[in-house]
Amino acid sequence: MKPPRLLFASMLSVALLAGCGGAGDSGGNKVTLLNVSYDPTRELYRDFNEDFARDWQQRTGQRVTVKQSHAGSGSQARAVIDGLDADVVTLALAYDINSIQTKGKRLGANWQTRFPANSAPYTSTIVFLVRKGNPKQIHDWPDLVREGVSVVTPNPKTSGGARWNYLAAWGYALHRQLGGDWSKLDDPAAEAQVEEAQAAAAKFVADIFRHAPVLDSGARGSTNTFVQREIGDVLIAWENEALLALRELGPEKVEIVMPSITILAEPPVAVVDTVVDRRGTRQVAEAYLQHLYSDAGQDIVAKHYFRPRNVQVLERHRAQFPAVATFTIDEVFGGWNQAHEQHFADGAVFDQIYRAGGK
Amino acid sequence: MAHGPSKALLAELASRPGRDTFVSTLIKGMFIALSLLFLAALLFAPLITVFATALSKGFEMYVESFADPDTLAAIRLTLITAAIVVPVNTVFGIAAAWAIAKFEFKGKSILITLIDLPIAVSPVISGLIYVLLFGMQGWFGLWLQEHDISIIFALPGIVLATMFVTFPYVARELIPLMQQLGNDEEEAAITLGAGGLMTFFHVTLPKIRWGLVYGVILCNARAMGEFGAVSVVSGHIRGLTTTMPLHVEILYNEYNFVGAFAVASLLTLLAVVTLIIKSLVEWRTGYSKR
Amino acid sequence: MSSSALRQPSILPGFGLTLGFSVFFLCALVLIPLAALVLKTGTMGWRDFLNVLFDPRVLASFRLSFGASFLAATLNAVFGFVIAWTLVRYDFPGRKFIDALIDMPFALPTAVSGIALTAVFAENGWIGQHLAPFGIKVAYTWIGVVVALTLIGLPFVVRSVQPALLEVQRDLEDAAETLGAGRFTIFRRIILPTVLPALLTGFTMAFARGVGEYGSVIFIAGNLPMKTEIAPLLIVIKLEQFDYVGAAAIGFLMLVISFVMLLSINLLQTWGRRRHVAAGR
Repeated sequence: MKPPRLLFASMLSVALLAGCGGAGDSGGNKVTLLNVSYDPTRELYRDFNEDFARDWQQRTGQRVTVKQSHAGSGSQARAVIDGLDADVVTLALAYDINSIQTKGKRLGANWQTRFPANSAPYTSTIVFLVRKGNPKQIHDWPDLVREGVSVVTPNPKTSGGARWNYLAAWGYALHRQLGGDWSKLDDPAAEAQVEEAQAAAAKFVADIFRHAPVLDSGARGSTNTFVQREIGDVLIAWENEALLALRELGPEKVEIVMPSITILAEPPVAVVDTVVDRRGTRQVAEAYLQHLYSDAGQDIVAKHYFRPRNVQVLERHRAQFPAVATFTIDEVFGGWNQAHEQHFADGAVFDQIYRAGGK
Repeated sequence: MAHGPSKALLAELASRPGRDTFVSTLIKGMFIALSLLFLAALLFAPLITVFATALSKGFEMYVESFADPDTLAAIRLTLITAAIVVPVNTVFGIAAAWAIAKFEFKGKSILITLIDLPIAVSPVISGLIYVLLFGMQGWFGLWLQEHDISIIFALPGIVLATMFVTFPYVARELIPLMQQLGNDEEEAAITLGAGGLMTFFHVTLPKIRWGLVYGVILCNARAMGEFGAVSVVSGHIRGLTTTMPLHVEILYNEYNFVGAFAVASLLTLLAVVTLIIKSLVEWRTGYSKR
Repeated sequence: MSSSALRQPSILPGFGLTLGFSVFFLCALVLIPLAALVLKTGTMGWRDFLNVLFDPRVLASFRLSFGASFLAATLNAVFGFVIAWTLVRYDFPGRKFIDALIDMPFALPTAVSGIALTAVFAENGWIGQHLAPFGIKVAYTWIGVVVALTLIGLPFVVRSVQPALLEVQRDLEDAAETLGAGRFTIFRRIILPTVLPALLTGFTMAFARGVGEYGSVIFIAGNLPMKTEIAPLLIVIKLEQFDYVGAAAIGFLMLVISFVMLLSINLLQTWGRRRHVAAGR
């Protein structure tokens, strides 16, 4: 009868597979890198990897293949902590790379100073995506909390992008309360005013989330909810996601609105020390990230809707990236670790929004 | 005797020749209508959505989406995983069902419950437990790295997580069925001098074939479709450790709806395999109840 | 053999071998990994654990996860039986095809089911747009969670009941009827006892699966804390904060509750079978 033969065949295949498990990766003139990244950079790195491979072969004669892994920024950081052998990580927020450093001990504490511009070769901002013709007349942050406006944003607990959204809204409210003067944040004399402003910002952000009928787990999920399911009047999104959605899902459906002030999102990159040292790929890994800062790299970055750091390249793509007032997370929130503690950790401000407001 | 009008029975009677009363035909119609309505809303509508999206840019685009090497790699990985997982779990399922259904022993309910457990474990946790064991921060992480063995973020981890998730299916199909069928025939065979294996293959197997077929089909479907647990242990390396469900997500997130749903539609081909297997079993055993 | 002390004597062979193999495999694949989960939870102090347990958000999510799963499993028990019956006993065009499609909820990646269901039941979807005028919202509410879990659990019930129905001895039914037994009596005394264990099994598995389901629900639930947030999402949230212990604690809690529920149903069934055997044969 059938079963025993089937069983034998399967056992055999297990044995065979086990046999061809760990094939070696660097054979002389060939090298592979693994870039562990977050969701919205797929298109970017597909192009960039090709360009880098060409450049690297010209310079050294060595052929490099870059393998890509994409998922949510937080779960990617977790995978690296748990042993995913990433040569480089290119994630959505510094907090995630910090965690690889503190929890996984896989790279040095000074990682953010090893590459120019805070190790963030490209930036983005947070913008609004509204329905064509802007029927609800949404032009700036306060419009989000108007009666009858419904807001779509991913869940800050599960999505890195959503954390930028949240902080952008917070920063806007704080900025308005402080009369546009950030220096008051560090001014002991203005302490009472700052405290009041923070409370007002908390209320404003809570108000926004009260206008949100859905919290998707990731940025792309939210984009699909907004565009495909036609839920909500405004989507808070990365600028690069909004531009991509415009191209992929149709400029006849949606348009972008730039708020008066927004956050400068700096998605950082780093070489994972323990991995490159074990695999002997440090040189090529560093060159890979360095190439992001080159003119060619910056041009590819801009083509994929991220704002290049290089001012000349940025100017060339000005039509796509209108000038906008921004603030950074270091200026306003004291860096990612502190922002996380205060806003997104268990029981912190974000959780309290739903504790107080939810029925 | 109380003659409560049992719909089921009336309906059952309707299927017999010579009893086609008006009422029983009506009931049969209702049963079929009810089934179809429920399935239409819950199952067919989503399935049609999948195919409609996959074919939304024409048949050529649909076929073209399978030419992508990463897609092919994902299909291969899924097939390999299922080819390992399903036979192993089938052997386990038969052994467990034999022990549980044919013998009375203490702690049986607990054993059955432990076998059920993987179904109740959230897929995220199913993946996480292997990370806790084999991850760098886990019990065996360092040892594995020193010996250059990769389990998670590689094929073995994917196989383990899938095996965990699909562990109960064959056993769970067979146990109630075998309990229902009782031991009489097997006992008779043994008394007449048949060996254990012979008894199993010639007496038990023919009786439980449908349960076994359904168990294997379910196990296989689940093995190929599992997303959550595999997602945790896969590492998402494109073309290397992405299974079909993971690849579907990747394509979907790239706004490549056609490609995503095309790969998903491929998984519905399993229905065809199911049809073939069932026909084969029917043919081989000369099964003709229907 | 020490095992013989634990069991009632039988002339059938293979007890030691099959039980030994089953238990070994169970330990290696399921129990040891789950022990990792329990030990991880153990690294947390009692106070922290109780804090997790009585966190209103955790309680709310448990209520939703267990409640929606129970509803979905009940729906499945009723409709799953009807479908199994229809597929086994009736002949109609397309029967075999529909029969083959029953497993689809397993084969489709959960994310695909979730996305497709949301597309169908959203207010601009095929079905959603006809429900909206009645004020019924499915997508992004708890109803959506029930719908997704019903789809996910359907194959369990249908596929458990089908083989059992196939084994109902028709000649027994015929004989009973010739002897003048009422229709209800035949259903209650012959069909139901044969099918009930399988039906319960299907219900149990559909329920258990629903409690842990993540992939499909996440798209249709809306995920608002305290309202439409399922328990597995809380696990993911903890993990996103690199809080492995917190995640393990919630996972462990769900596991314990599911275990107790599964065990009671299994005990009930064992008890029912004994009673049935004692009374019937």
